[in-house]
Amino acid sequence: MTLLLGVLEEGLIYGVMALGVYITYKILDFPDLSVDSTFPMGAALTASALLAGINPVLTLFLSFGAGALAGCATGFIHVKLKVRDLLSGIIVMTGLYSLNLRFAGGRANVPVFTQDTIFENPFLAGIMPQWLSPYLMVLILFLIIIICKVLLDLYLNTRSGYLLRAVGDNEALVTSLAKDKGMVKILGLAIANGFSSLAGCIYCQHKGFFEISVGTGTIVMGLASVIIGIQLLCPENGTSFLSALKLPQVRPTTAVIVGSIVYKACISLAISMGMEANDLKLITSILFLVILVVSAERRKKVKSHA
Amino acid sequence: MLKLNNISKYYNTGTVNEMCLFQDFNLSVEKGQFVSVVGSNGSGKTSMLNIICGSIPVDSGTIYIGDENITHMPEFKRQRRIGRVYQNPAMGTCPHMTILENMALADNKGKSFNLRRGTDKKRVDYYRENLRSLGLGLEDKLYVKVGVLSGGQRQAMALLMSTLTPIEFLILDEHTAALDPKTAETIMELTGRVVKEKKLTTIMVTHNLRYAVEYGDRLLMMHQGQAVIDEAGERKAAVRIEDLLERFNAISIECGN
Repeated sequence: MTLLLGVLEEGLIYGVMALGVYITYKILDFPDLSVDSTFPMGAALTASALLAGINPVLTLFLSFGAGALAGCATGFIHVKLKVRDLLSGIIVMTGLYSLNLRFAGGRANVPVFTQDTIFENPFLAGIMPQWLSPYLMVLILFLIIIICKVLLDLYLNTRSGYLLRAVGDNEALVTSLAKDKGMVKILGLAIANGFSSLAGCIYCQHKGFFEISVGTGTIVMGLASVIIGIQLLCPENGTSFLSALKLPQVRPTTAVIVGSIVYKACISLAISMGMEANDLKLITSILFLVILVVSAERRKKVKSHA
Repeated sequence: MLKLNNISKYYNTGTVNEMCLFQDFNLSVEKGQFVSVVGSNGSGKTSMLNIICGSIPVDSGTIYIGDENITHMPEFKRQRRIGRVYQNPAMGTCPHMTILENMALADNKGKSFNLRRGTDKKRVDYYRENLRSLGLGLEDKLYVKVGVLSGGQRQAMALLMSTLTPIEFLILDEHTAALDPKTAETIMELTGRVVKEKKLTTIMVTHNLRYAVEYGDRLLMMHQGQAVIDEAGERKAAVRIEDLLERFNAISIECGN
């Protein structure tokens, strides 16, 4: 049970980040590596903010805003300075590493165990019954991610959201609509990195510390979650097991969150089967490779049948 | 209405492959005119469209729409007044969005893309009506993704979408070239109808000499960055396909082909 709750908690935290990766990878078709640095940025800012006595709920918004700014930086470098997409992300990622250390007060490790967080504070302790406490974290995380998901879904159905989807689909059309495609990309990157930073903020409050290396491999986790989720629940050709079982279709955003949980479950399975925690990144990358190969395999099959 | 003054355009400037495409090229198109442009490959037809739309910069010269100098206006801003249909049917629509969403996008051109609902429910009937006018049955497929439509259907949508909002210019860049003869015919008829209905100033580049002769009230034949034939009005009406072919052959011999 603890294991299951652990998987859910991790999956939901990284699910928030995966929503951001969904925007860059699936909608914008932009390989954005800056999430590797915006995730720890959210954590660093949150650790400092909590120590400074800022309201934990407020740190959520603060982190999202800071992440959005970093996303704008990546977008600006790519769109206005005409640097290749991958390199723009790498530049921001590398630069933010130093900035993150500064945000954390010059330390690579900041514990915030003693501070109030969104999971542990006098207000919650006052209203939550005792029997609920083991599930409290999952419940709060679930609430946060649902809010994020619904807001993102709503946004993608606004006019601005339509334009965001159009720019990844067909840049020429956005130009035809008399809109600057560069600005739309910057907007997309801002939202994506906002989510990534928000996830870092939640991570910090969940674990009770900031650590400079928490961001390493974030993009891989995000991509894996997106690909698993989409392949599993709403694949391109439209025939998932959901339609086979006559279950209602789900939105890609839901699929991405499920993908994140499934991914974390795979990792935790690998560890419980005897892999060491030190092997974590190795498992991460191998699992990602397997997912990529498997999904590519399926695509080929679909093509040859068509 | 549209004026290109002394346009010069060089490719690969400063290399051994330097090529002069336009030198002091002039063109003026009157309001409401439908210009068909023909010419061999590399004669500057598509470059001319790209220069008008701002997809490529000019080396010298000025471009005017009415009294406004648009020579240095970025491409996306010019598109406010221009509708463009490309040769590739995939260029004019978003394949992963539904027909309805595509229509809503096109309908919002010139307005703000804000946080209001993407698809205005009250406009759905209007979109359906417009789609019905294409005669392709698309009005019953509003929730189908455009990516599954055929090239002809997509091109018809692209044409519809580019003319859905009020524009001054319609730029057609070999828009029937990638379609089968039957579909090309349908799209061309549709084009003629839309242009007439909305009284659009149109420039159409085509390789199909028959379309060039049948449609439009002015005909240009481009060769090496010059208009070697430029006929309008009654003289345009008198131009026959044979005349054009003859000229084509003369040009080819001249070039040593």
